[in-house]
Amino acid sequence: MKTVTLTVNNRPHTLTPSPERTLLDVLREDLGLTGAKRGCDAGECGACTVLLNGKPVNSCLVLAVELSGAAVVTIEGLGGPDGLDRLQQSFIDNFALQCGYCTPGMILMGKALLMQNPHPTEAEVKEFISGNLCRCTGYENIVKAIMAVAGGGEGNG
Amino acid sequence: MADGKAIGRSVPRQDAVDKVTGAAQFVDDIQFGPTLLHAKILRSPHPHARIVAIDTAAAMAVPGVRAIVTGKDCPQYLGLYLADRTVYAVDRVRFVGEPVAGVAADSAAAATEAIGKIVVAYEPLPGIFDPVAGAGNKDVLLHENLGTYRCAPFIYPVPGTNIANRFRLRKGDTDKGFAAAAAVVENTYTVPHIQHSQLEPHAAAANFDRAGKLTLWSSSQSPNAVRKLIATAFGLPMTKLRVITPYVGGGFGGKAGLTCEALVVPLALRLPGHHVKLTLTREEVFRGTFVRQGLVARLKTGAGGDGRLAAMEAELFWDGGAYAEYGVNIARSGGYCSSGPYEIPNIKTDSCCVYTNHPVGGPMRGFGMPEIHWGIEQQMDMLAEKLGLDPLAFRRLNALRDGSPAAFGGPMSGATLVDTIDAVAARCGWGGPKPPASGARKARGRGLACMFKAPSMPPDAQSSAVLKLNEDGTVHILTTAMEIGQGSLTALAQIAAEELGVPVADVVVTLPDTDYTPYEWQTVASRISYSAGNAVLAAARDAKAQLLAVAAQVLAVPATELAIEDGRIFPRTDPARALAVSAIAMGCLLPGGAIGGPVVGRGAFVPAGITGLDRETGQGERPAPFWTYGTQVADVEVDLRTGAITVLKVTAAYEVGKVINPALAIGQVQGGIVQGLGAALYERLALAEGKYLNSDFVDYKIPTATDTPQMDIVLLETSPQADGPFGVKGIAEPTMVPTAPAIANAVYDAIGVRIRDLPLSAEKVLAALKSKQAGEKFVRRAP
Repeated sequence: MKTVTLTVNNRPHTLTPSPERTLLDVLREDLGLTGAKRGCDAGECGACTVLLNGKPVNSCLVLAVELSGAAVVTIEGLGGPDGLDRLQQSFIDNFALQCGYCTPGMILMGKALLMQNPHPTEAEVKEFISGNLCRCTGYENIVKAIMAVAGGGEGNG
Repeated sequence: MADGKAIGRSVPRQDAVDKVTGAAQFVDDIQFGPTLLHAKILRSPHPHARIVAIDTAAAMAVPGVRAIVTGKDCPQYLGLYLADRTVYAVDRVRFVGEPVAGVAADSAAAATEAIGKIVVAYEPLPGIFDPVAGAGNKDVLLHENLGTYRCAPFIYPVPGTNIANRFRLRKGDTDKGFAAAAAVVENTYTVPHIQHSQLEPHAAAANFDRAGKLTLWSSSQSPNAVRKLIATAFGLPMTKLRVITPYVGGGFGGKAGLTCEALVVPLALRLPGHHVKLTLTREEVFRGTFVRQGLVARLKTGAGGDGRLAAMEAELFWDGGAYAEYGVNIARSGGYCSSGPYEIPNIKTDSCCVYTNHPVGGPMRGFGMPEIHWGIEQQMDMLAEKLGLDPLAFRRLNALRDGSPAAFGGPMSGATLVDTIDAVAARCGWGGPKPPASGARKARGRGLACMFKAPSMPPDAQSSAVLKLNEDGTVHILTTAMEIGQGSLTALAQIAAEELGVPVADVVVTLPDTDYTPYEWQTVASRISYSAGNAVLAAARDAKAQLLAVAAQVLAVPATELAIEDGRIFPRTDPARALAVSAIAMGCLLPGGAIGGPVVGRGAFVPAGITGLDRETGQGERPAPFWTYGTQVADVEVDLRTGAITVLKVTAAYEVGKVINPALAIGQVQGGIVQGLGAALYERLALAEGKYLNSDFVDYKIPTATDTPQMDIVLLETSPQADGPFGVKGIAEPTMVPTAPAIANAVYDAIGVRIRDLPLSAEKVLAALKSKQAGEKFVRRAP
């Protein structure tokens, strides 16, 4: 089997995944990183969203054998010893989560958006996260949480 | 009542950090290590068939397979209100997706391979695919033994038919009522099956240890119900069955009662020392778990020339699916609430839960109320139009008020519909000019719908709580109330903090573990803040009394003259002489010896005075502890070229007695409105002769972020619940009840088209619009 070397949350890993296994399988089952959730296993719900080389992907659709040299960031990779990432804190402050199952994917989508577009409009936020399903919140507070960070604390832009 | 130090404040969620960091564990996240085995389920491809034979030999030979079970291994009947089902099908399958066999293997791949090698010989049988036809069909019976099933005393199966429960309500004389009516409308409304679509697929894992104890990890709203049903079915004492529920990724009723938990039990019992885990696929969630029951509602409603409702007749046919163990109670709730939130002197209702060869109908947010209000609230608009009355004024005139006789006869208390109508009218500017549409081929409309809902539960649904004071004065609260996203951990902590007089940040509520946390009936019916809240309040009072008794001795002041605030106990007349709660949390050592001891508060609650309803007339005094009332107005725009509806804004008002945590309560309303919007515009489990045409998120659409309308939400506290903690009533379910009919009424306002079957899909709206336009042309050409 092919050996794959990649980093996950800045830690190097060498894996030999069987060809049918996905990034989500490897994260959850081999690395114990269960923050990425399995909601549909078909790329339809976004609960397994992680950042792959800075771009958001449904990790259930990415084959692990194709990840040589990749840099993966999961929800466990946000924030640090000094505290939570600003967007994580904004989700708390804005009550942007209920059951919490979509939350890791939503936060990483928000991170991805703000990296490529630091000052999105509300419509752009809604459009960008529209592939990530949430059944609890009605999305309003999630959009608010992302906009609050996008506004840089000076109202939202 | 006034806000307190903890109550009425938007305290941050207790579970928030866990959930934004990925630390929150759901069942499938638990790492069981090398003892883990994977379970897979073989499910029926037929809606109705006899099982002639099952051959598992080839499947057992697949490398890595450890055990295979079928219906004959556990033939016991079980169910919450009516024991009508087995864990795996026995001799017969009754819906597509019914479990037939279970496999446990070293890997998911081996289990899946084995499932494919189980050979089942079926003999297909004719099916029932329509509740109306099914109710009258005595030739095709789904449950010939219906008369022998154990059931709750308020459930009335009709043996020899497919009617799993028949609820009848007879009040006044409807013939006389209709004879005197100036306007009568009669229509049939249909509601399809929908899926809860929680983001977390159902999961369960079981470990049978060498000492004979079974531990079950479950994504459940009902740990105690899971324990009771499984303990009964498998003959286990409750000391030998422990149910642990970590975080649950959304419930909405779909994880209430027993769902997939029992499937892993017979496998685990055969494989001591292992952990047998079953996580459903999304397709299995659609096919193999509860769905919201379908409904066919025939409604006839009449009002007098004075605008007062005179009579109604309702025939409600609930599509209960293949098993109705939980769904039977929805027919009862829908029956005794069939008037909607209005005073109607003459009512005749027949509400039947009918077996069909459809997926199993169970509880879903609203428990029958979204379904019945779908018709009731359109009837109200039609009657108002016939009488030339404003639909809001018409509802206001007929609203149940304090002391009004309800459909079931007894007087309503805390009936605050009018308050919510007035609040919504003021907020949205009801009656003002209609704003222009955004384009030439578009039409704007505004619609209104009201609702009421009670917690539908047995009259003795209990809650309990234990409060442990720690050495440092912090507090742990043990309950089996489940955090399913609604924020119960936080709200219960606020209730305890307020009563005990400690900072809310010092109170932690734990997740359920039936070996340690005390009994809770279920986390359903929007009753946790009320019922578990009362238990927590009682536990806090108990702990407080213990603290005050010790403090009275220490401070040499009568306990009645002491207060506790911010973790300090002091004489009201001399606040400076304060004692920290932590100083006496374990009692106190005085010169004469120790007094008190560790403080442990105990609280239990069962609502008092909930009465039954007469079997023939549905009449009674008080079948539920409270009703929550609400009103929503929807502003929509319809695209005349495509029929697509855009919901621009929803204005909502609910009267909830007392708000414990405004941000959490508003979050419930936001989520409920958007779920209601999904049910209104998109959602329908498409079934053809019992076979699924959609069972994934591509073909079954739920709302996304781009669907979220502008929401203006008002929470009122005009009628605190007498026996609710701090006055609380429930809010979580009522939030989605009026959304669909409000949207339907808005569509009628926009384009003059009435749609009576959900959802309001674009193609349906467009077809109705074309048909209306064709009719108008015909009328114009007529001489």
